[in-house]
Amino acid sequence: MVLMLNEVWFILIAVLFVGFLFLEGFDFGVGMAMRFVAKTPGERRVLINTIGPVWDGNEVWLITAGGAMFAAFPHWYATLFSGLYMPLVIMLLLLIGRGVAFEFRSKLEHPKWRDTWDWTIFISSLLNPFLWGVVFAALMAGLPIDSEMNIYASLFDYITPYTLIGAIAITLLCFLHGLFFITLKTTGDLQHRARETAKKVVYAVGIALVAFVVASYFYTDIFEVRGAVLIPIFALIVVAVIFARSFALKSRDGWAFTMTGLTIALTVTSVFVGLFPRVMVSSINHAFDLTIHNAASGPYSLKVMTIVAVTLIPFVLGYQIWSYYVFRKRVKEEEHLEY
Amino acid sequence: MDVITLSRIQFASTTIFHFIFVPLSIGLVFLIALMETLYVVKGKEQYKKMAKFWGHLFLINFAVGVVTGILQEFQFGMNWSNYSRFVGDVFGAPLAVEALLAFFMESTFIGLWIFGWKRLSKKVHLMCIWLVSIGTIISAFWILVANSFMQYPVGFEVNNGRAEMNDFLALITSGQVWVEFPHTVFGSLATGAFLITGVSAWKLLKKQDTAFFKKSFNIALIVAIISGFGIAFTGHAQSQFLVETQPMKMAAAEGLWEDSGDPAAWTMFANIDSDNQENSFEVNIPYILSYLSYSEFSGSVEGMKSIQAKYEELYGEGDYIPPVKTTFWSFRIMVFTGGLMILLGLYGAYLSKRKKLEQSSKYLKIMIWAISLPFIGGTAGWIMTEIGRQPWVVFGHMQTQDAVSPNVTAGQVLFSLISFSAIYLILAIVMAYLFVRVIKKGPVEEEKDVKLTTDPFGEEGYGSYAK
Repeated sequence: MVLMLNEVWFILIAVLFVGFLFLEGFDFGVGMAMRFVAKTPGERRVLINTIGPVWDGNEVWLITAGGAMFAAFPHWYATLFSGLYMPLVIMLLLLIGRGVAFEFRSKLEHPKWRDTWDWTIFISSLLNPFLWGVVFAALMAGLPIDSEMNIYASLFDYITPYTLIGAIAITLLCFLHGLFFITLKTTGDLQHRARETAKKVVYAVGIALVAFVVASYFYTDIFEVRGAVLIPIFALIVVAVIFARSFALKSRDGWAFTMTGLTIALTVTSVFVGLFPRVMVSSINHAFDLTIHNAASGPYSLKVMTIVAVTLIPFVLGYQIWSYYVFRKRVKEEEHLEY
Repeated sequence: MDVITLSRIQFASTTIFHFIFVPLSIGLVFLIALMETLYVVKGKEQYKKMAKFWGHLFLINFAVGVVTGILQEFQFGMNWSNYSRFVGDVFGAPLAVEALLAFFMESTFIGLWIFGWKRLSKKVHLMCIWLVSIGTIISAFWILVANSFMQYPVGFEVNNGRAEMNDFLALITSGQVWVEFPHTVFGSLATGAFLITGVSAWKLLKKQDTAFFKKSFNIALIVAIISGFGIAFTGHAQSQFLVETQPMKMAAAEGLWEDSGDPAAWTMFANIDSDNQENSFEVNIPYILSYLSYSEFSGSVEGMKSIQAKYEELYGEGDYIPPVKTTFWSFRIMVFTGGLMILLGLYGAYLSKRKKLEQSSKYLKIMIWAISLPFIGGTAGWIMTEIGRQPWVVFGHMQTQDAVSPNVTAGQVLFSLISFSAIYLILAIVMAYLFVRVIKKGPVEEEKDVKLTTDPFGEEGYGSYAK
């Protein structure tokens, strides 16, 4: 059997990004809820603890996606990361602040200290999915890639009405996903408020996603390239959001969370389906597009990496699921007064 | 300043900063795992208290290590896109494996360890910390496989202007990896050990929790001594490998302009004049360079001038001599700190055996300062390794000046350099402050959480760790 390894790695990287936005998506959403839902420092502490044991593992999905891009598609990695230098610098600064904030905030009891780190978590959790929305939209809309595979982009090459719509859609989606996660992991008033907020946000998510799809029709070629596959996916996204709403109304939180997870997975999938077999689209000339072939590592390297990945991924999934199982109980504020 | 200089400054500074936390994490978590093993085996609460107390420091440190590490992975593509294009096929693989094999393991099991004291059985909890420790060491292995490729590229061929892997096994069994990896791991263990001995020394001087810190001191001291000798032994192996594979680096580290005599003398100090390619003043110890290079007291070592001539023939015209003063002095600083660590470790063992440790306030004071030794030694060692390889980024195949991203401007790099430096400075200050706080507070308050609540996050999440 001839394994199409370039395709395999493209799919694997898509899966890693799906995993990243599914998992880190809800902890970004929980971060946003620090200001939008939580009212007291105690509630903020509860929210942090809902994601405390898992956010770091969730972020590794991004790191692994980066490593996999570097290994399997070096040109993709090099073009994207150097081409979007400034957004990535901002993203890194935000991730650095967020990561240490979880660890630092509880180390001092001073309210100002905690406030500072809580705001850091909030802003970073808000802007990170926003920037990812920009990146994904820009990938589909195309960036000025020249014949040497280099992008000489100015700010307005990637900040466009289209990428902003994408950014808002992804941000809202992560927020909703996080709200449902909170309903799963907390009790009482906090849980109730998260659910009530979710019932409102779900409409905004629906509108933003539809706007994103419609805008994609005008700003990208993904319908021409993969319309036959994408239209059913988009239909499924709409269905999933509608189901998320009705499950939220019935307080069936687990199902609502599953639906937003599905929405995220389908949204990210559609980005990759729309790109395929390209990995980056050139807005200068389609001859300069990066594809899973011209951006890839050699067959030997891909083969070795495939063996390694296939061997390791089951273990990774196994112990990550086990860790969620260990921390499956809800977090309650009454059970601790110090935070 | 031009974009290459700025990119180099950024890479150097962010990497050096990152490598403060990495070895400390590797060392501390290993020691914490040892302590928890003692707890599980001997069942004494004191060891649990120990694992928890040093765990506080480890966790603060680990968080900073993780976030500064994300930057490390991204900046190859951001600032060194030509390098990434040239080596991605070979160099990307170990990075991806590192993420898959090590990062997932570390991050998941550290979460389980922090929040799992009451959730998990003793043995499973112990397994979690060992898996974190193994994860950090595996992580070191893979990133050093990548680095070794830059020092001594193997297992590849150049096709269409880029390096393509053709032998994965050669990559991971490279001689360079197997001198560099153990050397780095021993160095990291020593870093963790010297932090614990230093902090314990401080507490012993203050006569706080004496029994607790004496025990901690002794456990760490054993690790410090073993890794001290490990560092020396593997360092020697590395210098021999260096003479063979990167003779220019070795010659620069020795300030050796002309070929040495046979047997070769080791230059302890020299006043290096790079412009005139000579040393105006030297203090030499006979035989030693031969021994460092060949483990024998004979044999001459090639000097920079003749290697330069050879390289010009091989690679074309150019300057193949790295910054000599930096390479020379960083090597000496590394060797000197390493030697000092061994001496301090042995003397500590002598005092401890004689039960004179607490009375030797002078030694304890020195041990507080000695916390810095492994950091200085490790940083100097990496400066020697990386500066000494210049002008190459991948030895013999790509020069650093050709590796930079052509589409990133000096202004952008200046912006990122300033913002990363600023945020790193803040991190360093906050971390130092938190370290001192945790240390001052001591291990005492750990003991109040005894009840198991129904809530997994209750006591352990809020009580001891998160407080």
